[in-house]
Amino acid sequence: MTAKEKGWKEIAPAGVCSKASTEFLTGDWKTYTPVRDPEKCTRCLLCVVFCPDGAIRWRPEKGDIEFDAGYCKGCGICANECPTKAITMKFEQE
Amino acid sequence: MAILVKQEKNAMSGDEAVAYAAKQSDVDVVAAYPITPQTIIVEKFSEYVANGEVETEFVCVESEHSAMAACLSASVTGARTFTATASAGLALMHEMLFVTSGCRAPVVMAVANRALSAPLNIHGDHSDGMAQRDSGWIQLYAENAQEAYDSIIQAFRIAEDVNVLLPVMVGLDGFTLSHTLENVETLPDDAVKKFVGTRRLPNVLTHEGKTVPFKLDPDNPMTMGPIALQNYYFEFKRQQEEAMKNALTVIQQVNDEFAEVSGRKYGNGLVDAYCLEDAEIAAVCLGSTAGTMKTIVDNLRQEGVRAGLLRLRTFRPLPVEEIRSALENVKAIAVMDKSMSFGGNGGAVFHEVRHALYDANVQPLGVNYIYGLGGRDTSPRELRGIYEDLQRILQTKRVEKPIQYLELRE
Amino acid sequence: MTTEEWKFTTKDIAEKPDLFLSGHRACAGCGPATVLRMIMKATRGPTIVTEATGCMEVVSSIYPYTSWAVPWLHTAFETAAANASGIESALKIMKKKGKVKQEHVDVIAIAGDGGTYDIGIQALSGAVERGHDFLFVLYDNEAYMNTGIQRSGGTPHGAATTTSPAGTVIPGKLEYKKPIAEIMVAHEMPYVATASPYYWRDMLTKVRRGLEVEGPAFLHVFAPCPRGWRSDPAKSIEYSKLVVETCVFPLWESINGQCQLSTPSKLIALAPQKKKPVTDYLKGQGRFSHMFKPQGKKLLEEVQRVTDERWQRLLAKCGMAQ
Repeated sequence: MTAKEKGWKEIAPAGVCSKASTEFLTGDWKTYTPVRDPEKCTRCLLCVVFCPDGAIRWRPEKGDIEFDAGYCKGCGICANECPTKAITMKFEQE
Repeated sequence: MAILVKQEKNAMSGDEAVAYAAKQSDVDVVAAYPITPQTIIVEKFSEYVANGEVETEFVCVESEHSAMAACLSASVTGARTFTATASAGLALMHEMLFVTSGCRAPVVMAVANRALSAPLNIHGDHSDGMAQRDSGWIQLYAENAQEAYDSIIQAFRIAEDVNVLLPVMVGLDGFTLSHTLENVETLPDDAVKKFVGTRRLPNVLTHEGKTVPFKLDPDNPMTMGPIALQNYYFEFKRQQEEAMKNALTVIQQVNDEFAEVSGRKYGNGLVDAYCLEDAEIAAVCLGSTAGTMKTIVDNLRQEGVRAGLLRLRTFRPLPVEEIRSALENVKAIAVMDKSMSFGGNGGAVFHEVRHALYDANVQPLGVNYIYGLGGRDTSPRELRGIYEDLQRILQTKRVEKPIQYLELRE
Repeated sequence: MTTEEWKFTTKDIAEKPDLFLSGHRACAGCGPATVLRMIMKATRGPTIVTEATGCMEVVSSIYPYTSWAVPWLHTAFETAAANASGIESALKIMKKKGKVKQEHVDVIAIAGDGGTYDIGIQALSGAVERGHDFLFVLYDNEAYMNTGIQRSGGTPHGAATTTSPAGTVIPGKLEYKKPIAEIMVAHEMPYVATASPYYWRDMLTKVRRGLEVEGPAFLHVFAPCPRGWRSDPAKSIEYSKLVVETCVFPLWESINGQCQLSTPSKLIALAPQKKKPVTDYLKGQGRFSHMFKPQGKKLLEEVQRVTDERWQRLLAKCGMAQ
C-alpha cells in the first residue's frame, strides 16, 4: 500500500467516504474526443442533459457550454444526440 | 453506596421482561418479524404501540432479513433501534449482521436462543447465537429473566458508546427463559430513561471536508456503506476489532453504573465467577444453565468439594484475561456447550475457553460437555455428574473422553 | 412546488448542480449513469438515497471517493426497499420527537433489475404493502451487469447473456421479461410509472410525482448498458428512444390504480402507423445478433408477437383498446 493511504486510526468509521469523486478524473479513459462546431450549436443543452458523466457544463455567464476533458469518457452520446449534428467525435492523438 | 430507586416486582417471562426493557429505553424504531420463542417480545411491543404507551415506530417487516436492514438503516439515520429474533430468523439475518456491525450501527437485539433446522426444532439451545459469533456483534447471554431485562437496558449504553458503536445481541434461552414466569424487578420509567440517556453520535470527517455527527442527515451529506477494496477494507475491519476491545471496558463500566441504580450486578459484566477463589474443579457455561449449576456448586461445597462455576456473561468480545485469571488455578474444568461445532473437535465455548487458557502458566485439564440440543432436558442429577467426572479426572490426572454428550441415547 | 408548476427545461437542468457527481467509474455511454444524474435533478429538497448493490452503487462509491452529494447508504443487494423503510420510519418518529430539523425529507431507494425483479422483490413488496413514503427507482439494464452480464428476471426474451448464451440448442433467454411495473400496480400503491431517459422531461416529471405522492411510488426506468448489450456506447440514449417507439417498453403511469399512457406512447396509440417494428430496436445490439441470422427468424417473430400482445393489453388497461 502506498504511504499516502491512511491508517485505520485516521479514517472515519464504517467507510464514510472522505473525498468527492470529482477529485477522480476519468478523462484519460477516452479514445475519442467530442469536438463542437460553435456555429452549428444552438445551445439547446440536450448534450448537457444526456451526458452520463456530467462532463458538459452550461456556463450561464458565457451563454455557452464547455466540455470538461477531465471527466469525458468519449462515449459519443452527445454527438449522437445533437439535433444539429454540431458535435463530432475525433480520434484522440497522443 | 448510592440510594437505589424503588423497584417494582412483576411476574414476567423473559420475553416480556425484554419487551418491557425496550419499552422503557426510549427506542425510536423497532423492526421485527415474529419467530418462536421470541414472539412474545414482538407481541408485547405491538401492544405498547397499539395502546400508545411508547413513542416508537414499529415496522412489521416481512422477514428477518428486512428487519435487520431496516434496523440498520434507521440506526444510521440517528434512531435508537431495537429488534428481536431467534434461530432461523437470526440465521436469515446472517448477511445483515455483518453489514450492521460493519456500518457501526448500534442496534440492540434480543435473541431467544433456539436450535437450528434440520430437523425443525423450536426449543432452546445456542446453535443460533454461536453461528453468529464472528459477525462483529457483542454477545451477552442472560442467566435469568431479570438479567435479560437488565441486559437490554445496559445494551443500549454499551452499543451506543462512541468508543464502541457496535450492535449488541442479548441471548436468553428459548422457553427456559423466554416463556417461564419469574419475579422480575423493574426500574421506574424515568430511571431507565435517565440511565440509557439520549443517543450520542461520534463526529466524522465527510467528503465535503466537514466534521459532523455520524448519521444520514441532508444538512451534512455523507456516504455510508461504500465499496472498499484491497486498499482500505482491511483498515475498517481493524477498527471493528478495536471497538470490540473497547467494549471490554465499557461493558464493565455499564455493569457497575447499573448496579448503582438497581443494586444488581452480573459479575464484572464480562464473567460471573462463582466460588472460584479456591476451586479445584469448575464448570464453564453460558445462560440459564448457570442457575442450576450454582445450586449444585452450593451442595458440593457443603459436602466439602472445592467446586466452582464460571459463567461467561459476555461471549463477544471474549474476555480472555478474565477467563484465564478465573481458571488458571483450577485443576480441572468442564466446558459446557449448548451447540455443536461440527467437525471442530468440541463446541465453540470449549474452543474459546481453551484458547484463553493457552497462555496460562499451568493449564487445567479440560473436558467438553455438549448438552441440551433442541431443548433436551438436562437434569440436575446429570449436571452434578459433571463435577463427579471432574473429581475423577482430578484423581487420575487424565481426561479419557474429552468430548462428552449429556443425556444422549446411544 | 407542485408538479404543475414544475417546468423542466434543459436550462433548468443544466443550472441545477449535479447531486450525482462526475468522476464516477461507470463505463463510457452508461445509460444508468445518465438516469441517476437526471433523477437527482428532479429532487425537490432534503433527500436521502439508499441503493442496492449493483453497478451504480459500485461505480459511485469506491472508497475513499463518493459521487453522492446527498446522504447515501448502501447495505446489501436485496435491501434497498428495507433500507428505505428503516430510514423513513426513523425520520418519521424522530421528527415527532423533535430530533430531525427538516420539515420533510424525501427517501429514494435505487436498485437495478437484479435488486428489484429478483433478489430484492420480497423487501420491495413488503415495504410497499406497509405503505412507507418513499420512491423506488428501478434502473433496468436488463441483466446482472455488475457481475458480468448474467440473466435476470428483467432480461428480455431471446437476449444472450453469460448465463443464457445464444447456443446451438438454446437461442438466448427462453423466458419473458417479468412485468414488474404491473406487479407493483397490483400492490394497489399510489404511484407506478415507466420512464426512459430519451424522454427526459417525462422521466423527471415522474420522479417529481413519485416524490410528491404520499406513500410508496415505483418508477421503472429503462437504462441501456452498452457493455452488457454489446451495443455502441454512443447509442445508449437512442436505444432508449427506439424501445419506446417500438412499444417494447411503453411509457405509462398508474395513479391510484388509474392507468394512462404517457405522451410518447399515447401518440403511437393515437396513430398506430407510427409504431415501429421491434427489429428497429433489436438490431445493432450484440445480445440480439443471433436473432438476425436465418435460424433466428422465428424468435424475432415471437418477440414481435409478444410485444404486440403486451401493447394491446396495456392499451386496454388505459381505455385505448384498438
